[in-house]
Amino acid sequence: MQSQATYNYKVVRQFAIMTVVWGIVGMLVGVIVAAQLIWPELNLHEILQYGRLRPLHTNAVIFAFGGCALFATSFYSVQRTCHTKLFAPGLASFVFWGWQLIILCAAVTLPLGFTTGKEYAELEWPIDIMIAVVWVSYAIVFFGTLATRKVSHIYVSNWFYAAFIIAVAILHIVNSAEIPVSLTTLKSYSAYAGVQDAMVQWWYGHNAVGFFLTAGFLGMMYYFVPKQADRPVYSYRLSVVHFWALIFTYMWAGPHHLHYTALPDWAQSLGMLFSLILLAPSWGGMINGIMTLSGAWHKLRTDPILKFLITSLSFYGMSTFEGPMMSVKSVNALSHYTDWTIGHVHSGALGWVAMISIGAVYYLLPRLYGKTEMYSTRLINTHFWIATIGIVLYVASMWISGVMEGLMWRATNPDGTLTYGFFVESVKEKMPFLVIRLVGGVLFLVGMFVMFYNMIKTIAGEKAYNAPVVAPAAAHA
Amino acid sequence: MADFISSFWDLYVAGLTTFGLLLCIVLMVANMTKQKPGASPQMQGHVWDETLREYNNPLPRWWLILFVGTVVFSIVYLVIYPGFGNRLSTTPENDAGLRKEYADEVKKANEEVGKKFAAYKGTPLLALAGNKEAMETGQRLFLTYCAQCHASSGKGSKGYPNLTDNDWLYGGDPDTIKTSITEGRAGVMTPFAGTLSAEQIEDAANYVLTLSGLDADNASAARGKDVFAANCTVCHGADGKGALSMGAAFGALGAPDLTDGVWLYGNSLEAIKDGITKGRNSGPGSFENRMPAWKEFLGEDKIHILAAYVYSLNKDRK
Repeated sequence: MQSQATYNYKVVRQFAIMTVVWGIVGMLVGVIVAAQLIWPELNLHEILQYGRLRPLHTNAVIFAFGGCALFATSFYSVQRTCHTKLFAPGLASFVFWGWQLIILCAAVTLPLGFTTGKEYAELEWPIDIMIAVVWVSYAIVFFGTLATRKVSHIYVSNWFYAAFIIAVAILHIVNSAEIPVSLTTLKSYSAYAGVQDAMVQWWYGHNAVGFFLTAGFLGMMYYFVPKQADRPVYSYRLSVVHFWALIFTYMWAGPHHLHYTALPDWAQSLGMLFSLILLAPSWGGMINGIMTLSGAWHKLRTDPILKFLITSLSFYGMSTFEGPMMSVKSVNALSHYTDWTIGHVHSGALGWVAMISIGAVYYLLPRLYGKTEMYSTRLINTHFWIATIGIVLYVASMWISGVMEGLMWRATNPDGTLTYGFFVESVKEKMPFLVIRLVGGVLFLVGMFVMFYNMIKTIAGEKAYNAPVVAPAAAHA
Repeated sequence: MADFISSFWDLYVAGLTTFGLLLCIVLMVANMTKQKPGASPQMQGHVWDETLREYNNPLPRWWLILFVGTVVFSIVYLVIYPGFGNRLSTTPENDAGLRKEYADEVKKANEEVGKKFAAYKGTPLLALAGNKEAMETGQRLFLTYCAQCHASSGKGSKGYPNLTDNDWLYGGDPDTIKTSITEGRAGVMTPFAGTLSAEQIEDAANYVLTLSGLDADNASAARGKDVFAANCTVCHGADGKGALSMGAAFGALGAPDLTDGVWLYGNSLEAIKDGITKGRNSGPGSFENRMPAWKEFLGEDKIHILAAYVYSLNKDRK
């Protein structure tokens, strides 16, 4: 028994390790579906069929990999920036086991074909209820810790985590409102119909990007970037402006997924404009992160963890420029339904979300076992370069393929008929790019295996460590 | 849930739009400072977790301009296009605004490309079928509108006739082809499940096999001859050579020639029994043999070219 109070690192350890595990699983499924697009013969069995594996891939990388990373980092940083132990540790443990159970349920039901058909919200109603229960428990632990903090000011990373937790709860509950019709087939029907259902779905869908994949990870960024760089955050003022602007405007961006559909034009315009306004607030986060490094740029040369963190911010900047541009209706007319969207999503998902998570987990792992360094810094560097090359191949091939197929679909002859009357013509043309994309995806997955090895070597035989609670610094003049 | 077009959502959204834009402006104005970028940064007075501190650098000027720019652009856009709910915009989403804009554009485009099609309307179909340029246009039209069922080659697939084999259900002269495209076709085969016994259907099917010289159970086929004579000849003709063989008056029936070795649904005993038993296009839930009428959708000029093109697909005309 330690006499001094210690932080609760147990749940952080559990989530950090599962981040790496689910990252490998989710990306492996991604590689499989990418291969199926090249070789349709790989649709070996109905449970391994593209239409069922694709939602498994998205759910696994977003909610299993991304989710575990967010739980691990938020539970770690909220304790440390509040200078107190985690509130309700039993509930925190419930959040871990509950979330793993949800992931397992998803991994079973999706390949078996149980789905609501709503993108990124495919899980059927019993799992939806489990998610709501676990999420509310998460909120209680997080906000309970905030409420019992020993410092008066709330650190900026916690604002973002808080917004993420509240918004995701609202999004999930509203979008998953459905009427169950069967327990045995798990079937349910959405509470909304027609274009309203579409609008609710994409209000959810885009805010899953905005709050789960952006606000949450900005919270991560605001803790781990200044920590790893050992530099003060660039601008408090900028963080205030971009925080409020970001959380307000994201809520309105959803309709840009429904351009040129049955959605009323005014809703489409609104979605486009608020997406455009989002550019500056998003870049505010990138500036604040990258400029935090000013005066310590040389650290990038030797510190591969910092490389991951700063590269992730660069990809964040690129994706949040590309996103507003793609939401402009005339650009969307070309990009929508093409591989360009897939490229955009992965520049955000691999470049931003995965890279910052990987950086944060490399920061966490040794500290959770009372060490200061990972087993091999060289391997972190190797991981960084494999992953970066993988992303570049992935994103660039999808850009080319997407723009090409968009142009092919809209090409017309002088008499108004389609130049490429057959969809399959555009599919044939993209084959080389699908192969390059697969190579990119495989490289990224290989990087995750390198990370897994490094993690095992770091923690094998080591004793779990819970750091003593740090007393708050004396008030400044 | 109220519809999007009810006035509640309209006002609700207009209000929140205004609030959102104002919020962005207030945030920017409230956080602007006179401090020049590059001056030694001011440090906020808090420390978290031993090392976490914050500078309070001013908002980068270029960033602020970008932010203002997108907000101003949005306000201008909202004046021109619908977005404050569905009001205020100079081109609203109605028949005087966006919908008119769209209708005008479509009209203009149709007039533009329409000239290319209209150029051939005076050319007789037979002559048109020999016009290379017109047939290239015809092929593009075929690939756009017809290939979904008849395949890009025109060779069709199960249930969708091959248009290149000189075998016609309704007639292969250019004018009849044009009528088929313009008015559509709906050939009906009567279902015999209630009229004939399973044995009778088997016998009739065997007899049909013999009509085109296919292997069949001879005893059964012999019995089937009478079944055929009593039930099938009204449409398929006494010799099974189909409606067309009985003269123009029967042409619209579309009953196929059963002796020519061309099979729309396959030439196995099972396929033929299936056709006799259930019929084709014979009631609710049965959607076979339906060629849509293209009169309204394509218009006379495009159909004229398509008819010539389909005619031209049959190279070795009998």
